[in-house]
Amino acid sequence: MKSVPPLHIRDLTVAYDRVPAVHHLSGSFAPGSLTAIVGPNGAGKSTLLKAIAGLVPLGEGRIEGANGNIAYLPQLAEIDRTFPIAVIDAVSLGLWREVGLFRAITGEHVTRARAALAAVGLEGFERKQVGALSAGQLQRALFARLMLQDAGLILLDEPFAAVDERTSADLMQLVANWHDEGRTVIAVLHDLERVRASFPETLLMAREPVAWGPTAEVLTPENLRRARYVSDAWGDAA
Amino acid sequence: MIYDALIAPFVEYGFMRRSLIACLALAIGGGPIGTFLVLRRMSLMGDAMSHALLPGAAIGFLIAGLSLWTMSIGGLVAGLTVAFLAGLVSRVTALREDASLAGFYLISLALGVLIVSTQGSNVDLLHVLFGTILSVTDEALILVASIATLTVIALALIYRPLVIECFDPAFLRATTGGGTVWHFLFLVLVVVNLVAGFQALGTLMALGLMMLPAAAARFWAGAVWSLAALSTALAFLSGLAGLLLSYNFNLPSGPAIILTAGMLYLGSILLGTRDSLRTRYFPRAHFHD
Repeated sequence: MKSVPPLHIRDLTVAYDRVPAVHHLSGSFAPGSLTAIVGPNGAGKSTLLKAIAGLVPLGEGRIEGANGNIAYLPQLAEIDRTFPIAVIDAVSLGLWREVGLFRAITGEHVTRARAALAAVGLEGFERKQVGALSAGQLQRALFARLMLQDAGLILLDEPFAAVDERTSADLMQLVANWHDEGRTVIAVLHDLERVRASFPETLLMAREPVAWGPTAEVLTPENLRRARYVSDAWGDAA
Repeated sequence: MIYDALIAPFVEYGFMRRSLIACLALAIGGGPIGTFLVLRRMSLMGDAMSHALLPGAAIGFLIAGLSLWTMSIGGLVAGLTVAFLAGLVSRVTALREDASLAGFYLISLALGVLIVSTQGSNVDLLHVLFGTILSVTDEALILVASIATLTVIALALIYRPLVIECFDPAFLRATTGGGTVWHFLFLVLVVVNLVAGFQALGTLMALGLMMLPAAAARFWAGAVWSLAALSTALAFLSGLAGLLLSYNFNLPSGPAIILTAGMLYLGSILLGTRDSLRTRYFPRAHFHD
């Protein structure tokens, strides 16, 4: 893994059909930081991740430091679970940056893919079809794919949304490992208890940033009330 | 007896041999293409594209009569135009791709029918619709074989992104910064293969040899490569059996081939090893550890 540059958001606005989903957001994610993004539904959390990943066009403003070395975990709903693909092959997609269109997947690659599967608790699932996995197992496999991507910046969109307590605890451990390895991790979450327990930094947003900083200072009752208020006000305007 | 019915037609008649080779070429190109159409949930999109070829082929016919090359190029241009415009509109406006495709292929189809009915009083034009596999020329055979070769090579080159785009499009966009280019390359291959098919089977039948074996294979195979291989085998089997039926019972060859493929499809729904009616209503006992 190469060293990670800081990620700067400068006055970012992203709009769908002229209605802003992210509105004049500015701030920075320090290299190696572990940040949770929280906020009401429709607050633009997923849109911000997509903007950083380069998946949506930016309306105004800039994002600096988000070049290339990014791993992005979309919400589960975007994956075609009926597609006939073996778990090991789906996980090996994480090698794209190394193998690209044509280069062969070598024995060393396969060893790494197996190791990643073992690390997420899916040993022995290599030849199973993705469609046969439960939601929690699929999320574990996608985390194995993230591990193979070996990225300096990891974006997770609701990684624990459809999984049980044990799975989310295991996956959280992987996130903590990435943090220890010096990767920048940004995750959209709804579970404030987990955010308080495991995420040092938090961005609370409701299209606009409401508060951004150390988690204990951000998740105050006052800020949470304000996030709801801003969100409702936008709901009326839009 | 069996020799007379199954082998002799191909030994004795050159046109039967050429038809069989044409079916083999169509199966090799169409099998994997049909498989990806099914996996991408674009089965009906192939139907739309096959109709969209019509005005191009008809204009080609008006210009040069029953010429292989002008009709092929006309069909190719019409098909690619419709595919490109539909893709463009769905990406620039709010209309989804299936709706914009429906819009353009219907315009194209109506245009084709208009040209055929006002200008093409000639009976030969029926060949455009229903094909002439029993009179495949050497020229057409070379065209169909070239397209099959090109298709297999092109699919090998874009196989990885195509698989990723089906399975997890957001991942492809986030990792490579694009998915559109692979989508368009695939659409070009679809159109090219339909053009190959309509020479032999006609615009209306060409798609059958592509989609029916691919849909049938879904009830037997569980990986992309095995689905593609099986649909190629089933398509060739349909061609072989269809030609023999048409020879022995004096039936039109195009429908005989497609109906054979249809029987294989229905049989697979009933008896397939994966998620067929048989496995649903007569399941084997589940595991008890």
